[in-house]
Formats: sequence, structure tokens, C-alpha cells
Amino acid sequence: MDRKRPMVALTAFFSLLLLYLPAAAVAVFSVNSARIGFAWKGFTLKWYARLLHNEYIQEAAVNSLLVAAVSTAVATVLGTALALGLDRVPWPRKAHRVFDVVINLPVVVPDIIMAVSLTLAFTLLRQLSGVFALGMSTLIIGHITFQISFVTLVVRSRLASLNKETDEAARDLFASNFYLFRRVTLPLIMPGVLAGAMLAFTLSLDDFIISFFTHGPESVTLPIYIYSSLKRGLSPEIYALSTVMLLFTVLMVLIAERFTRRL
Amino acid sequence: MTGQIELGLLVAQARKSFGGQLALRDVDLEVLTGEFFTLLGPSGCGKTTLLRIIAGLELPDSGRIFLGGREVTHLPAAKRQVNTVFQSYALFPHLNIFENVAFGLKARSFEPDEIKRRVGDSLDMLELTGLEKRLPHQLSGGQKQRVALARALVNEPEILLLDEPMSALDAHLRTQVQEELRRLQRRLGTTFILVTHDQDEAMVLSDRLAVMKDGQVIQTGAPRSVYSKPTNQFVAEFLGAANILPARRDGDQVVTDLGPLRLSEAPRWQEGRLAIRPERIQLEDESPGGAFNWIRARVREAVYRGESLDLWLDPGPVRVRTDSRGHLGPGDQVSLFFPPDALVALDDQPM
Repeated sequence: MDRKRPMVALTAFFSLLLLYLPAAAVAVFSVNSARIGFAWKGFTLKWYARLLHNEYIQEAAVNSLLVAAVSTAVATVLGTALALGLDRVPWPRKAHRVFDVVINLPVVVPDIIMAVSLTLAFTLLRQLSGVFALGMSTLIIGHITFQISFVTLVVRSRLASLNKETDEAARDLFASNFYLFRRVTLPLIMPGVLAGAMLAFTLSLDDFIISFFTHGPESVTLPIYIYSSLKRGLSPEIYALSTVMLLFTVLMVLIAERFTRRL
Repeated sequence: MTGQIELGLLVAQARKSFGGQLALRDVDLEVLTGEFFTLLGPSGCGKTTLLRIIAGLELPDSGRIFLGGREVTHLPAAKRQVNTVFQSYALFPHLNIFENVAFGLKARSFEPDEIKRRVGDSLDMLELTGLEKRLPHQLSGGQKQRVALARALVNEPEILLLDEPMSALDAHLRTQVQEELRRLQRRLGTTFILVTHDQDEAMVLSDRLAVMKDGQVIQTGAPRSVYSKPTNQFVAEFLGAANILPARRDGDQVVTDLGPLRLSEAPRWQEGRLAIRPERIQLEDESPGGAFNWIRARVREAVYRGESLDLWLDPGPVRVRTDSRGHLGPGDQVSLFFPPDALVALDDQPM
């Protein structure tokens, strides 16, 4: 710590406190044996044990993981393809500026607007085609739409850091397009692809707003379950569930970090 | 060997522009089979563009390319029997040395036994045996360069292209690597085409070289002939140092600001310029009376360069490169002899 500037250190410490205190409070109350109120009544893991016996939570957890897995798989393929298309096709410089905005837009557009537009889109599609009833499929499509941007951003920065001469060396050494992609490009961007996938997975797992608008009665996810159970008041089970999700997300972020740092 | 001279590469009227900027202006080039050929020129002269067109990494806007008598103008890089050592070496960072060298053979689905044998031979030839399992980032600059060479040569290309392969090496390593490269080329008999901006490197390595400027080849020939008989001022000054003297023909001699001079080959112009290398001017204390091509001069500045001593002389300024053991200094009077065969009439017109 910088001894000459105590105010800077103090501010930083206070910021960290603001960031982590609420999360820490949830974690603390998840192991408090008091059912009601905030008084400390001793350490327990019984709320965690109860999670395992709550079939609503189990169903929501399965839904969440299923949605996250499927949407991440699709978004990773599409997002990577998009990044490759943007990077490898000799677009004119003006087009690149447009792409930069278009790709970044879904990242900065408020979730609520994405959610409303998805609802509108699904309603129109439903009237035109008869399918797209709100449920698992609309939920997954909704998640894919915002995940693609994130995957593309991560993969694109990885692509930008590669030496272009490596591609040319592969062509010079008789590689076909497919051989070049399989043996050179894909292995080299793989850390970026995996990091993008991890990011997409955690975003899907944590998403509430878009899920809330696009889910059906059979496709309740964990965030939606937590929200609906809050109507009945705060409970230690919710704290336990939140803590589990928090730890899981942190783990995923740490893994993603490792991938991006490698090579 | 039949003793017959074979054309390894023919480039005819190659033209290339990038965004309206002409990088190559209708370049013609002939490279013989088994020759060490160098494209020499300053940055931006089009030498790398020409190399990339030969490799197939760039398509010319117009013109044609022939490899060993076969037209390859529209053949992509992956279909040409030409391999390249890239400036950055461009080794595959995720593949070990064996896999790097084997890449070109695997891409063409060679038998595993054949791949193993040929990669082994290549690594052996470039003294890389034992490094098979290393990754490129674990190698030194010199080792990386040898891997890049092995990776290209293992494919037994008709022509090996080298794009400034020494630029990433330390100066003291460069001379050694140049000698090794020369020996390697002699031993294999493969046609090498090197791109460089380093005139010493071009001289040391090449059988023949082409000096390029502004997208054009302005002189081609053996290093000795290009150095001693430059056809224009750019070549004279880019390859080593040169004194350039404006001159005018007068009968069988040429009149310059320094006085009348005789040339062994009469210039083709009435007014033009002469070039003479600083080390070809002979320096004496006294001039023999009445002899031609002798000029009296006074030392203006002496620059000690270790292996030589450069003198800037009045009238002129004329630069003379002499033995560094001499002890001439400013103000000393000297006599200069300009050997008639060292004076070259340049073809290009004064600007």
C-alpha cells in the first residue's frame, strides 16, 4: 500500500467493501441457523442441505444449466464464425467501423430493451408461424442473441493478436483452407473461444431480465425462481442458493481468465 | 549436369498496385536454376511485393510468372513448388519443432515414415537434432531461423524465398549465419531468392542481384559488375559509397570540375555524370609531371573508420578511402590518381 497517499488507499478499500460486502452478507446469512431475522444463531449447513431436497430448485437448476449449455454451444459457434468473418474477409475500412459499433451494441444496450424487442419478435413470429410459444426454445434463442456479441468480442481480440504471417506460412506450406483452419487458426484461437464460451455460460446462468421476458411456465430458471420466491420474503435457502451461484460464477470467471492469459 | 543454363524463374511485366499506389511497375526478372539471387533495395522499393508475387501470396494486377518453364501466374501459394522463410519466421507457436518442420509434408498427406525420415534429415542438416519436442518460444533467434529454413527446405522446393531473414538476428550472429546460408545453398543447389535492404549481405551471398527502386528493377548483374559498373547514381550510392562528378565530353576526354579526365570506356552522352568509388582513387604525395588523371588536392576532413580512413578533399568535395594506417589530416596536400577503368559514366540523366 502507498503510505504517502492514505486517502487513495482508503478510497480503494471502501470501494472494495461496497463491491463485496453485500455478497459477503448473503454468504454469512446462508450459514446462519436463524430462520427469521438477522441475529446470529450459530453456524449451519442445513439450508444448503435443504436445497438438495427442494424439487422446484432442482428443476430450475436443471433448466438453467440446460439453457446455458445449449445457448453457449450455439452462441460460441456463431460468435466464433462471426469473428472469423470480420477478421479474415478483406472488408473495406469503413465497413470495419460499422462492424465495431454493430458488434458492441448488444453489449451496451440495456437488457430490458433487448428483452422487450425479443418479446415483440417472438409475438410476431408466433402469429406468423404458430411456433415460438414462450418456453425453453425462446429462452435459449433469447440467450443466444446477447451471448454472440460477447463471444465475438473475445475471439476477435484473440484473432487480432495473431501473427498474420503464420497464416501465410501455412498456405505457403501447401495447406488447404480447411487444413489451415483445423491445424493453425482454430488451435491458436482456442483459448479465446473457450474464454468466450465461459463468459457466455456465466452470462446465461446469471441472466434475469431477458429470461423473465422469454421464459414459459415450464422453463423457470434459477434467477427467476429466486425472484418469485422473494415475493414470499427472504429466506436462508435463497441465501444458500445465491451463494452457490455466486461461487459457481466466480469459478467460471477464474477459468476463463486462465484461458485468456495462456499463450 | 548438361551444363545448359536453365531458367528457374521468369517474371514478365509484373505490375501491382495497392490502393492506387504502384508497388511494382512492369518488372521483368530472370533467375537461373541453382542461382543465389538477391532483390536489393530500400524499404518501399517493391522487393517484398515481388517476392510475395513469386510465392503466390499476392496476385499481380498484370504480367505473368513462370516457374521452371510452367506458368504459375494464377496458381495459389499452396500449389506452387516454392517455399518461403518469412521475416518473422512465422513458426506455428502451438506446434513443436518436429511438427513445424513436418507441416508441409503432412498437408500433402505424405506417409508417416517418409515424413519422419525427411524431417529428421532436415533437422540434421540444420543442426537442430534434439530440439524436436521444443516449442518455438523456447528457441533462440538463430535456432528459430534454422527451423524456418528446415520447414521450407524439407519440401525440396524449386525455389526457396527468403524475406529479410537476418533482420531479427544480432549483428554479430548475422555474418556467421550469412556464411552458413551460402554454404547451404551451394550444397543443395536449390535456387535461393533473397530479399534484403543490406548491401553487404547482398554482396556476400549473391551470384547475381537486382537493385530495385520505386517498383522497378534498375540494374541486374553479378555483385562485382554491379558494384564496379553501376549504371546510375542510385545504384552507385546504394551499393557502397561513390563520388559523383558532373561532366561534359570534350574529344576523347571528359571535363569535370576537377579538371579533364580520361575514361577507359567513353560515355554515350555529351553531358552527364561520372562515378568513382572512394577506394579506387589512388593517393600519392607527388604527381608525376605531365601525366593524365592526376589532380592536386587538399585534405579538408579525415574520418577514421577502423579498417579504413576516409578523406574529404578540396576541390570537390571528393571522398577518398585509404589505408587506415595513413596519418593524413586537415590541410595536408596530396596528389590523386583517377584510374581510367575506375571512372564509370552513369547512364541516367541529371535531375
